[in-house]
Amino acid sequence: MANLKTSEKKSKAQSMGLHTEVLTGKTQQKFFNPDEAENFYYFGTYDVDFNKRTEIDVKNMDCREANKKIDELMKDGYGTIVIKNPQGKHSLGVGILNKLNLIFEGSLGYFGCGSMDGPIVRINGRVGWSCAENMMAGKVVIEKNAGSCFGAAIRGGDLICKGSVGARTGIDQKGGTIIIGGDAGAFTGFMMQRGRIIILGDVGINLGDSMYDGTIFVGGKIGSFGSDAVEAELTDSDQDWLKRKLKVAEIGENFDVSKMTKVVAGKKLWNYDALEPTEKKGAI
Amino acid sequence: MCGIAGLIHRGNTSNVGFELQGMLQALKHRGEDSTGYALYGKTDGENFIMRFKVGENVAEGSSSVKEDVSVYDERKKIVDSYLSELGAKVIKEDRILPYSLRYEIQYDKDLMEFSQKIESVEGVEILSMGKSLEVIKDLGNAEVVCNRYNLDKVVGTHAIGHARMATESGVDIKSAHPFWGYPFSDVSVVHNGQLTNYWNNRRVLENKGMRFMSECDSELIAVYLAEKMRNGATLEEGMKESLVGLDGVFTYFVATKDSLGMAKDTMAAKPLVLYESDDLVAMGSEEIAIRSILPQEIETYDPFDGEVKVWQI
Repeated sequence: MANLKTSEKKSKAQSMGLHTEVLTGKTQQKFFNPDEAENFYYFGTYDVDFNKRTEIDVKNMDCREANKKIDELMKDGYGTIVIKNPQGKHSLGVGILNKLNLIFEGSLGYFGCGSMDGPIVRINGRVGWSCAENMMAGKVVIEKNAGSCFGAAIRGGDLICKGSVGARTGIDQKGGTIIIGGDAGAFTGFMMQRGRIIILGDVGINLGDSMYDGTIFVGGKIGSFGSDAVEAELTDSDQDWLKRKLKVAEIGENFDVSKMTKVVAGKKLWNYDALEPTEKKGAI
Repeated sequence: MCGIAGLIHRGNTSNVGFELQGMLQALKHRGEDSTGYALYGKTDGENFIMRFKVGENVAEGSSSVKEDVSVYDERKKIVDSYLSELGAKVIKEDRILPYSLRYEIQYDKDLMEFSQKIESVEGVEILSMGKSLEVIKDLGNAEVVCNRYNLDKVVGTHAIGHARMATESGVDIKSAHPFWGYPFSDVSVVHNGQLTNYWNNRRVLENKGMRFMSECDSELIAVYLAEKMRNGATLEEGMKESLVGLDGVFTYFVATKDSLGMAKDTMAAKPLVLYESDDLVAMGSEEIAIRSILPQEIETYDPFDGEVKVWQI
């Protein structure tokens, strides 16, 4: 396991909740160098033209057929795809790794838009459990409500729900931003590691339970704080960022961000130091 | 995993057997070891409908021991004689399958005494007793069970059902949902989840005279609510108490003659999607269950943790 130290240099980004630890030892952070892009081939990606638009009706397709059809259309260069009659089907729009405008005219079931990297998705309906799970980059906007585990383990991108969401929103979140226009259920931000969650409405019990890092901003009432989640000072830079983010997200543009509660990890549960587990065993 | 579904038509009746079949069939990937229906149909309001079994379905995949059909006949004879002793008059009887029967009965005395007497016959279990409720459950997916019992023509006001993946107990009818809220007429329960304080609660409830027919943890919910109501609690009060009294993860539905309710545990660990309008409430483990009866775009949501809701017909 990597050694972790608290960074002495407190950057502006860190003060807004980005991670504060610096990895050392065998596990190092690696950042992509754009100059080396030509050396990489990203399997399963296509060059698409946003002006090339098409519609497909998936009413009589199962999720495999529908996803295969989307893949074929991207292969043919379509950059704007409208999906009619998704009717709550599961796992639609998953594993898309290139830029794409994807519009769902209706609701999705479980695991919609999971494991994607780059598309801009608009869902004119509701989504079930685990929407956009493992998203790497891109933007997903849901016009109505969302189920539990919304944005589970996302690493990047913006995930926006204009309605309310269920329990465990942002569970295991590793980056990116989740924005909720309405209320959120219990265990929001459960074990989140990085990234940010914004909830304009109320949130349920055990907010930020066992969170390692990251930041949660809440506009309404908080049911209760989870283990090791603590309130932090809302800075001017937080407020500037919140205003910008809400404006871009087309949600709560006039929301009074100065009254929001900022929640971060107390970092009392951290056991990442090099003394684990020998010292702990000794103590026990 | 299991899937549950329920619907209630408010101020109207509909073909609830067909509708629930569609909802449960949409959830068959959540489990098709067995499927159960609790249908609240139109009755004259005078007589009880008793659904009971005198044996198990021993088809492939069943965890029950095969018995000769003559044993079922013998048990039926004893049940008939006990009904006579109890002063119950059988108005109509249907033997739908060798092991599954439906009796229409005139009876006006204590249901607990009645049930204890009938179920004292080895291998006999009352699946439901009510003036509106009929519980039908058997091995197989929703379509198989619906066809086997001709449920697609049943008209009524509301219904709940369950598609089961057996995890905690056997693949048999006695462990299948829905469970009748013994000894209350017209009360039924379906559940998705696991209860972790089943044995503690069971011991307490058995000491209070309540009966368990299976070792399925879900049966506890029906018995728990029945015991609360026996002590004067309303259905909704009992359901709210269950959020504290029952430990584990659960989403369950309970139905009575004129109402349908849902409860979700305080961790919201089990799924539920809900559609609510003035004349129809439909809910299920997944939205596709609701879409089987409402294919058009609709407004649905996930109830929050610890939520209890009850609707009247």
